[in-house]
Amino acid sequence: MSQAMQMQNGALSGPPAITLDKVNKWYGAMHVLRDVSLNVAQKERVVVCGPSGSGKSTMIRCINRLETHQEGRIIVDGTELTDDLRALDTIRREVGMVFQSFNLFPHLTILENCTLAPIWVRKMPKAEAEDLAMDYLQRVKIPEQAKKYPGQLSGGQQQRVAIARALCMKPKIMLFDEPTSALDPEMIKEVLDTMIGLADTGMTMVCVTHEMGFARQVAHRVVFMDRGEIVESGPPTQLFEDPQTDRLKLFLSQILRGH
Amino acid sequence: MSTTTAEHIPTAAREQAKVAALSPWAWMRANLLTNWWSTAITLVLAYVILRVVVSLFAWGVLHAIWTVPYGPTGIADTTICQNAKGYGACWAVFPDKYRLILFGRYPYDEQWRPALVVLLFIGLYVVSAMRRFWRKELALIWVATLTVIGILMWGGIFGMQEVSEDQWGGLPITLILATFGLAFAFPLAVLVALGRRSTKLPAVKMLCVVYVELIRGVPLIALLFMASVMFPLFMPAGVNIDKLLRAQVAIILFAGAYLAEVVRGGLQALPKGQAEAADALGLSYWKKTTFIVLPQALRLVIPPLVNTFIGFFKDTSLVLIIGLFDLLTMGKVALSDPPWQSFSTEVYIGLAAIYIAFCYAMSRYSRGLERDLSRARGR
Repeated sequence: MSQAMQMQNGALSGPPAITLDKVNKWYGAMHVLRDVSLNVAQKERVVVCGPSGSGKSTMIRCINRLETHQEGRIIVDGTELTDDLRALDTIRREVGMVFQSFNLFPHLTILENCTLAPIWVRKMPKAEAEDLAMDYLQRVKIPEQAKKYPGQLSGGQQQRVAIARALCMKPKIMLFDEPTSALDPEMIKEVLDTMIGLADTGMTMVCVTHEMGFARQVAHRVVFMDRGEIVESGPPTQLFEDPQTDRLKLFLSQILRGH
Repeated sequence: MSTTTAEHIPTAAREQAKVAALSPWAWMRANLLTNWWSTAITLVLAYVILRVVVSLFAWGVLHAIWTVPYGPTGIADTTICQNAKGYGACWAVFPDKYRLILFGRYPYDEQWRPALVVLLFIGLYVVSAMRRFWRKELALIWVATLTVIGILMWGGIFGMQEVSEDQWGGLPITLILATFGLAFAFPLAVLVALGRRSTKLPAVKMLCVVYVELIRGVPLIALLFMASVMFPLFMPAGVNIDKLLRAQVAIILFAGAYLAEVVRGGLQALPKGQAEAADALGLSYWKKTTFIVLPQALRLVIPPLVNTFIGFFKDTSLVLIIGLFDLLTMGKVALSDPPWQSFSTEVYIGLAAIYIAFCYAMSRYSRGLERDLSRARGR
């Protein structure tokens, strides 16, 4: 915990990795993001939490434009997200994403899942991409599964492959959209451990999760969202031990009861 | 207690294994003769099947006539067939007419060329079906084979006599219409299906919707009529596009619309997360489509795709109505010869056997393909 605070003071300088400035989004008449403003510094680790339907997944999906915002500005790694496809390509190359439902490509082997984007987007030679993929599969501790297909792996293993696949693109920023929500309880730890290992490398991370233990251990900052807006934000200890708003108090009590 | 249970389970498993290896009599006891009414139904059906099989065998093999004498002018004397009518089949029509049925009015001495073309087509299908040939070179093999087929059919070079399309007929016509039809319709269908799902190009989407709805809303016969009768009216004088080509284009357009809807079904069945994961990795639209979306979507629709393929293979026989002599039409032509006029059953059974051979091969292959593809994924 104190280590996290130290890092916050030491490493989190320079231009922000991600800037959201008064972002608004509607699905038809439904206002799903309301004036969301958020700065994520380089090497900062932000955990986003909030009740379901609070817009946290929508927000994180706006960062690599899987969803488009209608108002406000989003700047990632110095590039603003617009309809310009080239800017979008640049950003998607630098931003890795891990999904709740893994979204591995079921018709490709684990190794092919990991090498596809480096070969076709980064134009890396095949042998080099395979070495790189094996390196990351080693790091997520499943190199022996490289020749198998996703359907032959457990949920936890699949999610670790998904993390390795994203890392093979050597992203500067990693987005996690509820990475452990679809997992059986006994598999959550192996995925969280992988993410903690990644945090130790100094990766900029934005993670939507309800794993409060993970937030305490890893996050520099926790952002609490409700009904499309950011309600509170601060270091995990402050947020969890001294919530300022009734909404956060209610949410925390529900989360704790649930565990 | 727990030991007793543990000992019981393997026994039960052994019982199960025994069921799988029942003797034929025990299998019949278990499945066909369970109680009095299933026994009764079994016996009645067995009697009916036996009667049908026996009489078919008697008609088709036992009392069948395989050859007939030929008169001095080379005309078949079918008197013995006439006498055996309703009692024995007259397969003698095939030795007399098979070359007419298979190759149409192609010059008799040059018929080795369409025969070779049929073999080339079959070879092309076999090679394309083998997964170890699934690579870029396969496209070259197709182009080369189809070129050779064109040269063989038309001739005019390498000392081969030139044969114009109105002399073509029989099986080569059927295979040409089906193969070229599906080979061009399938890529067209993929593009139309993708276009119809486009969100960023509304004009393209509109065009694809109009194409599919317009073509699907018209019978193939009407389309063939339009291609053969109406289309030339719109052409400037002197421009004459060959009838076979016009029919071919009509079939491509028609098959394309149907296949596009099949492919679209596959695209829609694919979970959204797959495209999102590809997007998040920075893959461009075409790379995403080529590597992620289409391989999965097309695999999902193998059964309806093959269904449509088989349907169109047989639908090529509709070109009869615009005066092209495909396999089925040649059967009719053979039957118009006076000695054979009353033996249509035999001729149509023979034609059906050819269609069944091709369609059953497609169906078997698609089943095998589905099984292999799902086994490879460990499902």
